[in-house]
Amino acid sequence: MSSVHKAVALISGGLDSMLAVRVLQEQGIEVEGINFFTGFCVEGHTHAIRNQHKDKQKRNNALWVAEQLGIKLHIIDVIEEYKDVLLNPKHGYGANMNPCLDCKIFMVKKAVEWVKENHMQGFDFIITGEVIGQRPKSQLKRTMPIVAAESGAEDLLLRPLCAKNLQPTKPEREGWVDRNKLYDFHGRNRKPQIALAKQFGFDDFATPAGGCCFLTDESYSSKLVDLWTARNSREYELDDIMLLKVGRHIRPKADFKMIIARDAGESKFLEGYRKQFTSLYSTSHNGPMAIIDGDIEQQDFPLAASIVARYGQGRHADEVEVEITVPDKPPRHIQARPIKVEQVPQEWYV
Amino acid sequence: MKQIELDARRLLCPLPVIKTQNKVAELSSGDILTVICTDPGALSDIPAWARIHGHQIVKSVEKDDEIIITVCVGA
Repeated sequence: MSSVHKAVALISGGLDSMLAVRVLQEQGIEVEGINFFTGFCVEGHTHAIRNQHKDKQKRNNALWVAEQLGIKLHIIDVIEEYKDVLLNPKHGYGANMNPCLDCKIFMVKKAVEWVKENHMQGFDFIITGEVIGQRPKSQLKRTMPIVAAESGAEDLLLRPLCAKNLQPTKPEREGWVDRNKLYDFHGRNRKPQIALAKQFGFDDFATPAGGCCFLTDESYSSKLVDLWTARNSREYELDDIMLLKVGRHIRPKADFKMIIARDAGESKFLEGYRKQFTSLYSTSHNGPMAIIDGDIEQQDFPLAASIVARYGQGRHADEVEVEITVPDKPPRHIQARPIKVEQVPQEWYV
Repeated sequence: MKQIELDARRLLCPLPVIKTQNKVAELSSGDILTVICTDPGALSDIPAWARIHGHQIVKSVEKDDEIIITVCVGA
């Protein structure tokens, strides 16, 4: 066996996993990172789409963290497999549609599989940046053993930041890692992590762990549930969940929803969907691109046009010309009177 | 030496990176992969991915709302 032990680390792009890796690097452990893309990751998408985020640096934090740590990062597409985690969470949901405990189990399990698939590289154990008490559902003292057991990682799962609060794992018992040099962080207080970051010279890091999944967001979760309800099915594709991140969502009828861009960046993004969805935009005044998700009847085009007109510069005009394009058909133009704010029932807003 | 083109248009990061990563895994040292993207995030993410895995960015240009990044596969 090689004298240098190797670990694979779950890298979220946040501070905790960054610290967990560096703690082990300090002990001479060779680390590579793994990051899972579920489709619900906040990472980069809204920054990429929206104008208002243009000032923010467009970087993938997991990649950035890996580069700061000098480790390789493997990003794995788990969009399809993740559907079962979201749709059938054994341990239930958090405050919104976030299946956090099942998600953590899934990711550690995927890491276990990845280690097996890459056995030639000789990884010995798995690490995460989890801290007891940090998260209300997935990072509790009673749930940590559940993650280890149900993922199949068992005692090869080490949490360097809170290891001293847990039973020694195999890497500690075998002396691959010095338990005395691990930490006993717990709770939601971030001061110990910030102090450790300072000690390691990390002065630029993403918002501390969490906030990285749209499923923890109440508004996003409402849109997801609305989508499932309208379709009478909980099936979804990547485009569905991407579009939930974009625009205003207005459902004037049970059968269709309008997704209306909030700025030029979102309009441009929605333009990319015009071959798949019926789209509308004002040709007489500047205004947003909108697409229709669902089945819209011909008689509802004037209503949809009046709604999209309301969000453009012609909102106070008597009439606005709106171009409507159904995929694979020539565009048509209709005159629409912009709907007034008070005419939009609150329940239309998703 | 192979020269391959990868269409990652309309994909948002990290999908262009994942596609690049998976395509590079099929290639050999010295092969050239040209990735065409529309997500501006690719401008920082693909080079970052390439750097940490020992690949070289030969060229990175923005043209007509598209980002074209050429990667030379490392050893």
